[in-house]
Amino acid sequence: MQLETVNRDDAIIVTALMDRIDAVIAIQFKDDMREACENGPARVVLDLGSVQFIDSSGLGAIVATMKLLAPDQKLELAALTPTVDKVFRLTRMDSIFAIHTDANAAFADIAHVS
Amino acid sequence: MQTPHLPTLRMYPDHLTQLKHKAQAMPRQQNHASELHLTFPGTAIAVRKALADTLAALRFLDLSPEEAGTVELVLAEVMNNIVEHAFADNPDGMIELGITPMPNGLSCRLCDDGLPMPDGMVPLGGNPSLDCAVGDLPEGGFGWFLIRDLAHDLEYTRSSGKNRLTFRISVGHAHFEA
Repeated sequence: MQLETVNRDDAIIVTALMDRIDAVIAIQFKDDMREACENGPARVVLDLGSVQFIDSSGLGAIVATMKLLAPDQKLELAALTPTVDKVFRLTRMDSIFAIHTDANAAFADIAHVS
Repeated sequence: MQTPHLPTLRMYPDHLTQLKHKAQAMPRQQNHASELHLTFPGTAIAVRKALADTLAALRFLDLSPEEAGTVELVLAEVMNNIVEHAFADNPDGMIELGITPMPNGLSCRLCDDGLPMPDGMVPLGGNPSLDCAVGDLPEGGFGWFLIRDLAHDLEYTRSSGKNRLTFRISVGHAHFEA
């Protein structure tokens, strides 16, 4: 599994270790996310700082993850790299997710959640 | 084109390198001679490799990270679409990708012998509505939206059992202005 998890406060931080979430691994990514978050805390912060590229399949996998975690768990995103950020902005998916500048920011200042 | 079991990407690096050197040695209006042509299996993993090879081959254009991201995204969406839809019933299909750097951007051509586009035309690709409950959020439908948003002069033709999609990605101007 190319995901690393750390529990912090009332949340689980899941760090994506792969450099891309594309059509090759989209389904695997969703399954791995489900497994990583199972029976975990209500807040899930997905750190995408290593992910340099995402396509619409990868975007779909992240949305699918959000849907399967709901309603008991909420998926938030952190550390979007430029191309990943662009995909979220263009599709307006940045309006659906709470997006933090990095994983620490997810805990530093809740008020700044966009 | 009838080598469907060929597992590796067929590329012509020597040819490319020659053209590239030629382009650098010649006046800059000749730079569009530095053409890229790839033929590869219509699978997700081959598309991933084709993207990496394409970006490596375009390095001489000195694209900014943002431009490179745009190129990778548009090509990924177009080629994923071929894999998922045109070759939905054919795991042995092959994709041909041609790119010609021009002063107004990358002139791109995609060709495959898979199923035609629905209704013989490129999907309209409106952005799916997000105004709904979390459980109803769309997980797909973003591909054509991104392509239409980021690519120009999109044209599709179907003839002799082949799909041919052409478009322009408006990047790489700096190379031609240098």
